[in-house]
Amino acid sequence: MTGIANIRELLTRNMRQSGIYIAFVLIVGLFAILTDGLSLSPNNISNLVLQYSYILILAIGMVIVIIAGHIDLSVGSIVAFTGAISATLVIKGGLPWWMGVLVALVVGFLAGAWQGFWVAYVGIPAFIVTLAGMLLFRGGTYLVLGNISLSPFGAPYSDIAAGFQNGLLGGPGYDVFTLLIFALAVVGFAVSQWRSRSARVAYQQAVEALPLFALKIVAVAAVVMWFAWQLANSRGLPNVLIILAFLIMAYSLITSRTVFGRHVYAIGGNLSAAQLSGVKVRRVNFWVMTNMGILAGVAGVVFSSRSNGAQPSAGNMFELDAIAACFIGGASTTGGVGKVTGAMVGGLIMAVMSNGMQILGLDQSIQQVVKGLVLLLAVAFDIYNKRRAVTAG
Amino acid sequence: MSNNILEMRSITKTFPGVKALQDVTLEVARGEIHAICGENGAGKSTLMKVLSGVYPHGTYEGDIVYEGKHAQFGSINDSEHVGVVIIHQELALVPYLSVAENIFLGNEQRGRGGLIDWNATNAEAAKLLARVGLNENPTTPVGTLGVGKQQLIEIAKALSKQVKLLILDEPTAALNDSDSEHLLDLLRHLKGQGITSIMISHKLNEIAEIADRTTIIRDGRTIETIDMSLPTSTQDRIIKGMVGRDLEHRYPERTPQVGTEVLRVEDWTVHHPTQMDRTVVDRASFNVRRGEVVGIAGLMGAGRTELAMSLFGHSYGRNITGRVFKDGKEIKTRTVSEAIAHGLAYATEDRKKYGLNLIEDIRRNISAANLDALSSRGWVNQNEELKVAEEYRASLNIKAPTVMALTGKLSGGNQQKVVLAKWIYTDADVLILDEPTRGIDVGAKYEIYTIINRLVAAGKAVVVISSELPELLGICDRIYTLAFGRITGEVPVAQASQERLMELMTQEKEQVQ
Repeated sequence: MTGIANIRELLTRNMRQSGIYIAFVLIVGLFAILTDGLSLSPNNISNLVLQYSYILILAIGMVIVIIAGHIDLSVGSIVAFTGAISATLVIKGGLPWWMGVLVALVVGFLAGAWQGFWVAYVGIPAFIVTLAGMLLFRGGTYLVLGNISLSPFGAPYSDIAAGFQNGLLGGPGYDVFTLLIFALAVVGFAVSQWRSRSARVAYQQAVEALPLFALKIVAVAAVVMWFAWQLANSRGLPNVLIILAFLIMAYSLITSRTVFGRHVYAIGGNLSAAQLSGVKVRRVNFWVMTNMGILAGVAGVVFSSRSNGAQPSAGNMFELDAIAACFIGGASTTGGVGKVTGAMVGGLIMAVMSNGMQILGLDQSIQQVVKGLVLLLAVAFDIYNKRRAVTAG
Repeated sequence: MSNNILEMRSITKTFPGVKALQDVTLEVARGEIHAICGENGAGKSTLMKVLSGVYPHGTYEGDIVYEGKHAQFGSINDSEHVGVVIIHQELALVPYLSVAENIFLGNEQRGRGGLIDWNATNAEAAKLLARVGLNENPTTPVGTLGVGKQQLIEIAKALSKQVKLLILDEPTAALNDSDSEHLLDLLRHLKGQGITSIMISHKLNEIAEIADRTTIIRDGRTIETIDMSLPTSTQDRIIKGMVGRDLEHRYPERTPQVGTEVLRVEDWTVHHPTQMDRTVVDRASFNVRRGEVVGIAGLMGAGRTELAMSLFGHSYGRNITGRVFKDGKEIKTRTVSEAIAHGLAYATEDRKKYGLNLIEDIRRNISAANLDALSSRGWVNQNEELKVAEEYRASLNIKAPTVMALTGKLSGGNQQKVVLAKWIYTDADVLILDEPTRGIDVGAKYEIYTIINRLVAAGKAVVVISSELPELLGICDRIYTLAFGRITGEVPVAQASQERLMELMTQEKEQVQ
């Protein structure tokens, strides 16, 4: 089966995914026009990354939960809970910043494992378990904080989410270090793409034509380097972006390339068939929920760092933003379908819209209405696509 | 007015890229039982969907003349309104509602003020149940009844709609022999009351038994309509029309080369998962040798699937006792992965529900049970995976454009081949195939039998569970019979006949010792 895929094939092969990318570009373009380019300014882009990083971190875990056919409503409360414990230890207890981070992650792990136990081994639907968790960990947050806010963390804890890598190599008005890191990332991307293309050729599979392949790499490089240029002209490379990039890469690989990832898709696609194929369903479900807890702990650290303290109401409604990001990003409501990158783009669509509407000075109420409609339309589009696929087949 | 209740003239139905029906003509005489035969994907179901208004008027070309008038059905409601009722293969009953509620669902018996008149509903339902010969209380929840009875309720529901033309899509596919027999009797009975039936079926013996005429469809075209009263209208005659070639033998030839024993099960006992005192499999013992095809025959409810699934990683039942020996050594099969590791494989009877991930492609379904072979330290080699899938697509003749095609879009026969590929790829020594040819057409069945032969020729052992006795007689070396959870007989195929097997399969509990 050798052959050369053309552009149309590339686009139509996965309408569900490519549709999202096209929508993203259109939305970015729309707000760039509406805000006179303000939404693409260096400072705004830098802000955007900081402001929505924790939603994206949650969406990474959430999309895996959704692929496995579950849902997690507790993540907002776990963000608050882990942040509260960390703040109590660091601000009140005077422990070093890294102890706060470590304990927050461990607490996230334990919270996830707690829910994973009920979901996987007792067999209670995740909706119920995490609804209980939502109340449980919110209540826990109030208890830990005694109903009052704690601040400030101070550096270096607050630098985790609010800090930048800047001026490490100096620079004439823009940060050379940031550009260098991004350039390395682009080279790494190109090399890995080339290697995977070569491997596919070696296995006699269809690959895109060389010019098209080159065009794709150049296009990605151009977008990424433009993004780097904007950051370099602002405050440099945000620390949280490093964390986020690492998590996205790691989890993209885990979901697409590991046996564990494959088992998650199998469980979401057909639970009985997965069971009868030897998938250890309970174990997988347990780790899916536990992993969500850990990532909620990461988001808890990032959020508390960014707000430089802990509030009893922190993380309110985060779960809904994370879930919306997954569904806008093409995850199926019935499980078995979804991608980390899709959820990221879904999250970014929400982020760009919120941010753009804020710049435009639209009222919070209008923003909510628009976000709600976008979520609805995204899922409607998904269902329409599915139905079309069925009748055509 | 002509004697035909229905004439479908030159029906052509196109889907994007596919011509599903081309110039199909069907004439059904008043009061007859008319069978429609054809391989899977020949267009039988599409034709019935055109007839019943699932594909509304205007989405196809050609004319439907019903009761002497041109019919233009815009929906199922339109066709039901004039007495055309279709009963689908997958029954559409709500398990938690009562028999009466199901019968009148969407057609409720209203009393004063628009409220449902329950007395009228239940009384009417009781009358309808009597007509279909079902002795059940109308208030019984449908979910507690067996498939055979549910099928009768569907017919009662059709009767409640004043049906004149009853369409049944594979009505006996999920029924055991006695339930099937009852259903066929009922169709004859309804015929006596002037109800015309169209029956789609793969079971040629049933067609031969009951149909007045048979229309054969192949590749979206009408091939011919046969008068079944003629002595030349044999099953082989129908098969020839369906596949367009003579199937000399319905079962491929094989010279048995039976080797050493590979699997032995002793005193296997399984209890019902919820009713703990009920024994579903009772002290069953059997063995399989390399290069051998062993059949397990039994009526529905005899415990065939339960026996297989409990062996395969205790996937069914509780309080499982007994011993399993593989190559003479005792093994444990407490989890599915343990069973797979010991070289067992089990292909389920319900491939859509338990066998395949229908929203995933062929490639990933094939690798699903043996990802370990494709991975190192938890990382899957996707290129190797694709290569493996391509190999199986070629060797098992899975008809799909690429291995990236979703399994949900394949025909039953090709889905079954994907399931087989998945298990063959685990390199199992013993493959237990539960109803491997259910609901698939004659041509694909032959291919499945060929695959089974290739497996045993390679020294594997195959256990086939089947409701179709001719199939077991055609492909097995040895057949065990199962009745009420007990092994009631072991017959070498040379000494077996349908009558002998049926006798063993229906042995009463008291006689079994």
